[in-house]
Amino acid sequence: MMLKITDLNVHYGFIHALKGIDMEVNEGEIVTLIGSNGAGKSTTLGAISGLVKASKGKIEFEGENITNLPAYKVVSKKISLSPEGREVFPALSVEENLRLGAFTRSDKAEINQSFERVYDLFPRLKERIKQPAGTLSGGEQQMLAIGRALMSRPKLLLLDEPSMGLAPNLVLMIFDLIESINKQGTTILLIEQNANMALSVAHRAYVLETGKISLSGDAKELMNDPRVKSAYLGEIHET
Amino acid sequence: METFIGAVINGLALGMAYALIAVGYSMVFGVLRLINFAHGSIYAFGAYMVYFFISIQVGLFWSIMIAIVLSGILAMLVDKLALEPLRKKQSIPIASLITTVGVSFIIQNGLALEQVFTSEKKGFPSLNLFPNIMIGNLTIQSSQIIMFAVALVLLAVLSYIVNKTKIGLSMRATEQNARAASLMGVNTNFVISFTFFLGGCSAAIAGTLISGYYQIISPTMGATIGLKAFAAAVVGGIGVLYGSVVGGLVVGVVECIAAQYLGSNVRDPMAFVILILILIIKPNGLFGKKGVSKV
Ligand SMILES: Nc1ncnc2c1ncn2[C@@H]1O[C@H](COP(=O)(O)OP(=O)(O)O)[C@@H](O)[C@H]1O
Ligand SMILES: [Mg+2]
Repeated sequence: MMLKITDLNVHYGFIHALKGIDMEVNEGEIVTLIGSNGAGKSTTLGAISGLVKASKGKIEFEGENITNLPAYKVVSKKISLSPEGREVFPALSVEENLRLGAFTRSDKAEINQSFERVYDLFPRLKERIKQPAGTLSGGEQQMLAIGRALMSRPKLLLLDEPSMGLAPNLVLMIFDLIESINKQGTTILLIEQNANMALSVAHRAYVLETGKISLSGDAKELMNDPRVKSAYLGEIHET
Repeated sequence: METFIGAVINGLALGMAYALIAVGYSMVFGVLRLINFAHGSIYAFGAYMVYFFISIQVGLFWSIMIAIVLSGILAMLVDKLALEPLRKKQSIPIASLITTVGVSFIIQNGLALEQVFTSEKKGFPSLNLFPNIMIGNLTIQSSQIIMFAVALVLLAVLSYIVNKTKIGLSMRATEQNARAASLMGVNTNFVISFTFFLGGCSAAIAGTLISGYYQIISPTMGATIGLKAFAAAVVGGIGVLYGSVVGGLVVGVVECIAAQYLGSNVRDPMAFVILILILIIKPNGLFGKKGVSKV
């Protein structure tokens, strides 16, 4: 097992955002965490990547306890987060953004390989190498955020709502990319509000409701689960 | 005409040294959105350290080197001991601001203690290291040339560090989004310390250059110059390095011309006259980015 979360609790002051979460991610999987707005999805990824403190519980990665490790150290464990809202560095060029993604690495030749890999996945970024990230379109910024996260050569990639705010054709493209990144050997933990799409690419899924896991299991089975259908796939299942 | 050119040359030399102080404000503002009012006192501390090490017979060169490093460390300690705890507690920004003012007084008065350097003015070795240059009736002092050249080279080095090195890239990333920078693996606390260190070093160098020109130091020497350099940083657009250079030069030249023709009492207020005029015309300073200068 690659990632094991046990009884994770997070407090923001008096707000009890995560109330004892247990989760697992195995090597090679795409696992998705779905849930409505405010359920605690981003908080979960924040706790894994060291941005928010766990008040209780344990996060283990490849057998090592990484609970409350500062964010800048979590990256060197080969976990990397593409955050909600992209958070690219607007005044820095596409290339500088990607270079920052490789901040923890030092081998020049290997870093160049990663640049090539990202440019292969996202040819549009290559055309805009020198352009400030703030001038990219929303879709391009999302590609940059994912590409930047890949530059650290993560074993586990955490994606927080990569399809948010994108046009439908771009959403499809992003999900295709998620699958191909996974096929190339990167394990993925995906957060989505677009539950239908997320369940269709994922192997397994967890459903989060106000800080607690309410359902979990095989993604395809959950897709047909009446509780999931009514709560999260409501407006999509008419196909 | 010669007096005018003389004033301009004087202004360019002083202005370049102001620029060196101004970048310290600018860099710290960049990473923390904080105006570090302790900066002027680090400038004075640097000059006093040179004075002290020379007085105990360490040669000029090594006295300056040691002073630079000690000033960098002091600036870093100011952040670690007084400012970082406030950031950790997520205090309101004004708390950090008033802390820097307080630290400035502590350092300044520390230097003035009877047991330390006393509040009396001290003589400082001249930095006229080679003969003055005469062009017609015009004399250019070698300390002016040294001040201009050293400050220019150091500003180029700083600009190289910020724009071309890995630590510089992490500074610029921290400046834009510290949270995202930490997700890239950047230790933002280290970046902040490093920024204070660089600022402290450049303040000490400026302190040495300017003291070597006036040949006099006092514990309060950083107060006025610190404010002037801050004005220069704002004139150029705080957070923009070349803005500080232009701002420093404008302030230096204008104040020297004003002092030449209107009397030396006009010198010190000029920086603020310029500041007010520029801010009315360009609220973000000459090269300032929109939306960055909100404090
Ligand atoms: N920085 C914060 N400070 C206080 N409360 C927060 C903060 N971030 C999130 N929360 C609260 O924690 C809960 C979970 O938020 P979040 O993890 O962002 O949900 P999701 O990503 O599932 O939409 C929400 O009630 C939210 O209001
Ligand atoms: Mg969220």
